[in-house]
Amino acid sequence: MIWLVFAAVAWAFGMWVNIRLARLRPARWVSLAAPLVFGATLIAVWEGIVRGLEISQVLLPAPSLIALRLVSSVDILWVDFVQTVLKGALSGYVLGCGAAFLIAIAIDRFPFLQRGLLPVGNFVAALPVIGMAPILVMWFGFDWQSKAAVVVVMVFFPMLVNTVQGLQATDTMQRDLMRTYAASYWATLFKLRLPAAMPFVFNGLKIGTTLALIGAIVAEFFGSPVRGMGFRISTSVGQLALDLVWAEIVVAAIAGSAFYGAMSLFERRVTFWHPSQRN
Amino acid sequence: MRSNFLPVLTVVGVLFALWYAAAVWLNADWTYDKATRSGETVTATSLVADTWAQKKPKLPAPHQVASEIWDTTLMKKVTSKRSLVYHSWITLSATLLGFGMGTLLGVLLAVGIVFNRVMDMSVMPWVIASQTIPILAIAPMIIVVLNAVGVSGLLPKAMISMYLSFFPVVVGMVKGLRSPDQMQLDQMRTWHASTAQSFWKLRLPASMPYFFTSLKIAMAASLVGAIIGELPTGAVAGLGARLLAGSYYGQTIQIWSALIMAAALAALLVGIIGLIQRVTLKRMGMAR
Repeated sequence: MIWLVFAAVAWAFGMWVNIRLARLRPARWVSLAAPLVFGATLIAVWEGIVRGLEISQVLLPAPSLIALRLVSSVDILWVDFVQTVLKGALSGYVLGCGAAFLIAIAIDRFPFLQRGLLPVGNFVAALPVIGMAPILVMWFGFDWQSKAAVVVVMVFFPMLVNTVQGLQATDTMQRDLMRTYAASYWATLFKLRLPAAMPFVFNGLKIGTTLALIGAIVAEFFGSPVRGMGFRISTSVGQLALDLVWAEIVVAAIAGSAFYGAMSLFERRVTFWHPSQRN
Repeated sequence: MRSNFLPVLTVVGVLFALWYAAAVWLNADWTYDKATRSGETVTATSLVADTWAQKKPKLPAPHQVASEIWDTTLMKKVTSKRSLVYHSWITLSATLLGFGMGTLLGVLLAVGIVFNRVMDMSVMPWVIASQTIPILAIAPMIIVVLNAVGVSGLLPKAMISMYLSFFPVVVGMVKGLRSPDQMQLDQMRTWHASTAQSFWKLRLPASMPYFFTSLKIAMAASLVGAIIGELPTGAVAGLGARLLAGSYYGQTIQIWSALIMAAALAALLVGIIGLIQRVTLKRMGMAR
């Protein structure tokens, strides 16, 4: 009972703080503090309700138990992180995005290919590509190579479509100016068109970050060596060790957010001139 | 539209040619293996003929997949467990339920975010953060946990679809509901319109183009969610179960036909939304 009261008080307090925050003058620290307060409130309410209603920890472990597990099994989590994120997701991401970027530049020289590939690429980008996972696992074996292959297939088309669109983002006036400078194709590409394409390219890169992690983890459901986040999640669910599953999810969430955040930061550096980055 | 027809056809044709060539290349090992055991010699024509007609090829040729789809959709009873239509229906029902719930949740959240500053500041960042989490990874757990509570069947899969599909709707609707510019909002104020009136008469209609675009993304995401949601249920029914069963027993043709079926389903669903979008926007006078 006392825990339920705790949950209610935590909720009321969190909301009160946020309402006060919302009335303040908009500032950078306010826009950072409000979501943090909200998140902390949610965790407090979760803890209170799980303990108050005595929900079996097989169903939903309390945040404190998850944190405990996270600290006590750092070694397992690190091995899984290396296997899935660094070996599987990251190598596939670099390969897939790199290949898509180069192919997009090649396609861009041929308007015929461009008009043919864009609709097809858009179509493929909407398909459940993740279904390729069992096939690729069959082709490339159980280790990280097959996971990287799944990631390549998943990030390739979003990246391709975005880059091709980005390369068309310059207008005639700008290209004419380059021509009056007698700029070669390569000079125009490097000095005008690639910089102008960067907002689109980064859009593709950011979409790819989440897809890469999803691809690497889901591919492990179809077979993997005895390490990796997807493997750990599916076996721990079988053993009803849900606190370990949640610890893996926390790691995955942090890795995903950090990956996305790093890309956003990088984008801010490269496309500082774009209206969406100036405020 | 028509100017794109020939290029698209060429690209698709090249893809099919590559597929056939890859089938020869990937399946050749097995053919040579078989030939050395039976003491035959492999000629170019027999190599091609054999690689395109193996029972468990590494990569089935397109016509093998097509005939498998033909067999399992039109030649089987719809209610049969071996019919692909039956499995597609299982997946489709979960997809649509999840899509419906996700859209509803997304629209409600978006309205809250647009009209409530506290919600905008505290919820919106978490909505974005929620998608950097590889949610599909939690899918098996959600299913097992919900099964333990006694919720089974359609709902657990639909929950995963919902989680994947609410995000594009929130983002699109927030953008759409904020798309009327200051001039239009001022106009509403000079007419002494209430908040509710300016919502129903200005903000909601203005958000429709954004709404439909997000619906398309949400539908594709929702189908992926339903397929992944079927993986851990012990491979009973649905396209995801077909994928898993196929990968257990090395039935590559079955995997590919389930995959193509899923692709066709995605194309169909997104196409239907596109059609509704075109008709609605035309009647609202917003079509370009």
